[in-house]
Amino acid sequence: MKAAVLGLARRALRNSARKPQFLAPLVIFPTLFLALNVGGLERTTELPGFPRVDGFLDFQLAAAITQSLLLGGVAAGIAVALDIEGGFFDRLIASPIPRVAIVLGSVLAAGVIAVVQVAYFLVLGLAFGAEIKGGVVGVLAVLAIGVVAGTGFGALGVMIALRARNASTVQGIFPIVFVVLFVSSAFFPENLLSSPVDSLAAYNPLSYIAEGMRQPIAFANEAGPFLEGLAAAAGMTAVAIALSVMALRGRLRDA
Amino acid sequence: MTHELRMVGALMRRGLNEILRVPGGAVPGVLAPTIFMLGLSAVFGRAAQLPGFDATDFRTFIVPVGMLQGAGFTGAATGVNLARDIEQGWFDRMLLAPAPRPVLLAGVVGSACLRSLLPATFLLAVAFALGVDWPGLLELALAAVLVMGLAAAMACWGVVIALRFRTQQAAPLMQMGSFVAVLFTTAYAPRELLSDWLRAIADVNPVTHVLEGVRQGFVGDVTWADTWPALVSVTGLVVVLGALAVRGMRRQGY
Repeated sequence: MKAAVLGLARRALRNSARKPQFLAPLVIFPTLFLALNVGGLERTTELPGFPRVDGFLDFQLAAAITQSLLLGGVAAGIAVALDIEGGFFDRLIASPIPRVAIVLGSVLAAGVIAVVQVAYFLVLGLAFGAEIKGGVVGVLAVLAIGVVAGTGFGALGVMIALRARNASTVQGIFPIVFVVLFVSSAFFPENLLSSPVDSLAAYNPLSYIAEGMRQPIAFANEAGPFLEGLAAAAGMTAVAIALSVMALRGRLRDA
Repeated sequence: MTHELRMVGALMRRGLNEILRVPGGAVPGVLAPTIFMLGLSAVFGRAAQLPGFDATDFRTFIVPVGMLQGAGFTGAATGVNLARDIEQGWFDRMLLAPAPRPVLLAGVVGSACLRSLLPATFLLAVAFALGVDWPGLLELALAAVLVMGLAAAMACWGVVIALRFRTQQAAPLMQMGSFVAVLFTTAYAPRELLSDWLRAIADVNPVTHVLEGVRQGFVGDVTWADTWPALVSVTGLVVVLGALAVRGMRRQGY
C-alpha cells in the first residue's frame, strides 16, 4: 500500500514538473491578485475596525496562500481527469495495487506541492517587506495549516475529477474557487465584510484556514486561531478524502 | 469586397456558434465577471468609505471593471479556440481558402466583439437588479463600443499567442495578458488612492483610459474629456495588436 501510494505520488509530482504550464498558474494568478489587492486597496487598513497591521501585504499573504492552495486542488483534479481521459486510470485499476492508493497518491502529491506554494508566498512576502511576526515557529504554523489544507483541496479536486471524468469540467470549477473564497474572511476582516457574506464567512472553513495562517504572519503566535485553522483544514481534508474514496468506488462500480 | 464581407460574416457566425455548440466552455467566461463583481463588492465594499473615493457605492465603481474583464475573457477564449483549430488542423484548411489573411483575422476578431456583449449584458442585468443606477442609453452605448473595442484588442492578443505557440496550453498566457491589462489600472480604487507603483503602471496602461471611459457613465456624467482618451486608447490597442496578429497570420502556411 505504502509503496503504491509513494509511487503514484512520485509520478504525479514528476508529471507536474514536466508540465509547468499547469503549475505556473497556481502561483502566478494569486501573485497578481496579491499585488493588485495590496497596490489598489492598501489604504483600507485605515478603515475604522480594521485590525492594526504593519501593512496590507502582511494581511493579504494568507489570502494569497489560500487562493493558491485552492487552485492546487483544481490542478490535482485536472491531472486525474487527464489520466482518466488518456486511459492510464483504467490501466491502474487493472493493476495489482490497493485501489485507495490511486486516490491517496494524488492527494499526497498535492500536499507536497502545497509545501512549495506556502514557501513561495512566504519568501515573496519577505522580499516585498512583509514581516512574519511569529518568527520560525510562525512559519512552521503556516506550513502546517497550509500543507493539511492543500492536501484536502487536492482530495476535493480528485473527487470532482472522478465524478466528472473529463478535464474541461474540472477546469470549469475555476470560478467556483473564487466564490468560496469571496464568502470567507480570507481577503478582508470579517467585521468589515458586507452582509450576508459576513454571516456566511463565519461558517466557511476557509475563513478559519486563512485566519489561522494570518495570525502568525500579521500578528503573533496564538494557540486559538492556529488550532481553529488546523482543525478546519484537518476536518475538511478528512471529509474530502472520504468523498474521493467514495467517488472512486462509484467509478469502479460503473467500470 | 462583398465576397470578403460574406467570408467575415461566415467566420463570425462560426465563432458565435461556439456558444451553443460548447456551452460548457462559454459559461465560465460569462459568469466570471459577475462573480468577481459580486465578490469584490461584498468583500471590499467598505473601501468606498475611504476619503477620496469618488463613488458612494463600490459595486457601481466595480461594474465597468467587470464589463472589461468580460471583454478580456472573451478575447482570451478567442485565442484558445484558434489554438484548438490549429491543433485539430481546421486552421490549415482555413488558410487554403481564397481569402486574404486580414479577412480571416477580421472574422475571428469580429466574433469576439459580438461575444463580449454576452458577459457584459449578464453582468449589467445582475447589477441593475441589485440596485446599480441606470447610467442612460447613450452612456451604455459608449460602454458597449469600448467593451467591443477592448474585446477586439484582446482577441488580437490571443491570436498572436495562439499563432506563436500553436497549442491550447498557452491559454494562461492569453488570460494573463488580459488580466494584467484590465486590472492593473484604476480598477479597484481611484488613482489618488492607489499605491505609488500601481499608480505608475496605471498611468502608462492605455486600458486605464478605456476603463475611465466606461466608468464615467456609472460614476458621474459623460464628458468629452474622458471619452476621447478612451476612444484613442482602444483604437491604438486594436491597431497595434491587430498589426501583430496580421503579421502572425501572414507568416502562416509559407
